[in-house]
Amino acid sequence: MKILVPVKRVVDYNVKIRVKADGTGVETASVKFSMNPFDEIAVEEAVRLKEAGKATEVVVVSLGPSAAQETLRTALAMGADRAILVQTDAEVQPLAVAKVLKALVDKEQPRIALLGKQAIDDDCNQTGQMLAALLGWPQGTFASKVAVGDDALTVTREIDGGLETIELTLPAVVTADLRLNEPRYASLPNIMKAKKKPFETLTPGSLGVDVTPRLTTLKVVEPPRRKAGVKVADVAALVDKLKNDARVI
Amino acid sequence: MTSSNGAILVLADHDNATLKPATLNAVAAASRIGSDIHVLVAGKGARAVADTAAEVAGVTRVLLADAAEYEHRLPEPVAALVLSLVPAYGHVLAAATSEGKNVMPRVAALLDVAQISDITGIVSADTFERPVYAGNAIATVQSRDPVKIITVRATAFEAAAATGGAAAVESVAAAGGGGLSKLLGQELTKSERPELTQARVVVSGGRGMQSGENFTLLEALADKLGAAVGASRAAVDAGFVPNDYQVGQTGKIVAPELYIAVGISGAIQHLAGMKDSKVIVAINKDEEAPIFQVADYGLVADLFKAVPELVAAL
Repeated sequence: MKILVPVKRVVDYNVKIRVKADGTGVETASVKFSMNPFDEIAVEEAVRLKEAGKATEVVVVSLGPSAAQETLRTALAMGADRAILVQTDAEVQPLAVAKVLKALVDKEQPRIALLGKQAIDDDCNQTGQMLAALLGWPQGTFASKVAVGDDALTVTREIDGGLETIELTLPAVVTADLRLNEPRYASLPNIMKAKKKPFETLTPGSLGVDVTPRLTTLKVVEPPRRKAGVKVADVAALVDKLKNDARVI
Repeated sequence: MTSSNGAILVLADHDNATLKPATLNAVAAASRIGSDIHVLVAGKGARAVADTAAEVAGVTRVLLADAAEYEHRLPEPVAALVLSLVPAYGHVLAAATSEGKNVMPRVAALLDVAQISDITGIVSADTFERPVYAGNAIATVQSRDPVKIITVRATAFEAAAATGGAAAVESVAAAGGGGLSKLLGQELTKSERPELTQARVVVSGGRGMQSGENFTLLEALADKLGAAVGASRAAVDAGFVPNDYQVGQTGKIVAPELYIAVGISGAIQHLAGMKDSKVIVAINKDEEAPIFQVADYGLVADLFKAVPELVAAL
C-alpha cells in the first residue's frame, strides 16, 4: 500500500513574525523556514506504517518554490522513499493545493493520503478535507491514532469534547494532530542517503491544474497589542486587584 | 445569485440533544452580513435542537434534516446535505469548532470555491478579517466566489440572544453521501465544569505543573471560581492532560472574562489561543517568562505555594 504525504515549507514556528510596513504580508526575507510541524507528524506516521509492514512506499510531495526541495529532503531523510516537487513561485491557497494533490493521487494511486491538519502560516485547516472531497474519499481529520486494516482504517480523532473513533473505507484521507506521534530527527547517515533518493520535479501546468488564488489579500496588519500590566507582590494583592480593580471575581 | 442579497445558512453544531453555544456566535456573525438567516440542523432525533435554534434571535428559518446518516454528523453525508441546499444561499457559515472545521472545507471543495477560515471580523459581504501566523498578523481577504463558505471564530462575535426568535422549523430531505465512514465510539471528557470555550473564567496549567496529578491544584481553584480548566500545548505534549484541554493556535481559542495562566511560559502558540481574554493573570516563578508581557496581573511565585493560598483566599 502506497501512502502520499504532502508537506509544506513554512516560516519556522520559533520565528517572531513581523508584518511588513506596507501591509502586504509578513517578512519572509532572511527568515528561517522549516517543515510545517503537523506535516512532520504525518511523515513520521507514514514511515512508521512502512516500518510496521503496513505500507510499501511513502511518497512525499510539496507544492511551492524550489527552496521546498529542502523540506522534501528532510522528509526523505526521515524515511520517505521518493519525493515530488510541484514547483511554483505563485501564492497557493488550499483549494489549489488540493487540486494539485488530486492530480498526483490520480497519477500515483496511493491508498492513503496523510496530511498535517493545519499549516502554521495561513492557519487554514482545509487542505485534507478538500482533497478528500475532490477524490470522493472519506476523511479522518485531527487524528491522534491510526490503525490500518486490509480494507479499512481506524482513526481516533481529537474533537472538542474528547476523542472519537471512526472507521474509514480505503482509500482515505487522514490529517494528523499533535499527539499522533513524536517525529524523529533525521540521522546524519540518513540525511546523506536522502540525497540519493528519487526526486521528481513537476509544475502545476504539467498536471493540468490552475492554481490561481481565489481569495485576494487586501492587507495584513499587526493585531492590537496587549499592554503588559502590573506585577503584584503576593496572593493577597492579587485577590484585591481581581476583586476591586478588575471586578472579575 | 448574488452574495449581497442572498439568504445566509448557518450550520448548527449540536449533539442531537442540545445546540452548542458556538452556533449562537456564528448566527451573530451571519447577522452582520444579512438579515435572512437560516439554521441547518443535521442530526437524528434532533427536533429539540431545531426548536432551540428557532428561538435564537435573528434566525428566520430552521431546516431540520433528521435521518440516521446524520446521527454522528460524519463529514461526508453532512457536506453532501449542505451542498444540496447551497443554491439558495450566498453565504454558508459554521462555527470553527471541530465539527465546523471538519465539514466546511469539504463543502467548499465540492463547490469549487475557497473557504474563508476562522474569521474574526466582517468588513463587507465579501471581505473578511482572519488571523494568520498564530494571530501574529490579521489578514483582510476578499472572496469573488459566488458563494462564501466561512468558519467563524466564536470568541470574536458576541453570541446572538438564545431567545427572542420565532422561526418556523421545516424538514429537508436527506442527500446521501454516507457509507464511507462510520463511528465506532466516543470517549467524551466528563466534567461538571463549564465548557472551556464558553467559560467565564479559565484556569490553565503549563509545563510548570510538573505532572498530571498536580492539576488537582488547578481543579480546586477552578471549583472555587466556577471555571473551566485548560492547558498549554507543553502540558498536553508532556501527557499531563488530554488534548481537549489545549488552549492555543492549534487547540481551542478562548476569550473569558478572566484567564489564569499557571506555570505557563507564554509561547506565541499559547498566546494565540487566549490573548483576547478580558483579564489575564499569570503565576510563574520565572519573572522573565513571556506570559508576563500580556498579563494584566503577574505574580512571580512558586505555583505550588501560590495556588493553594489563592484557593484559601477566595
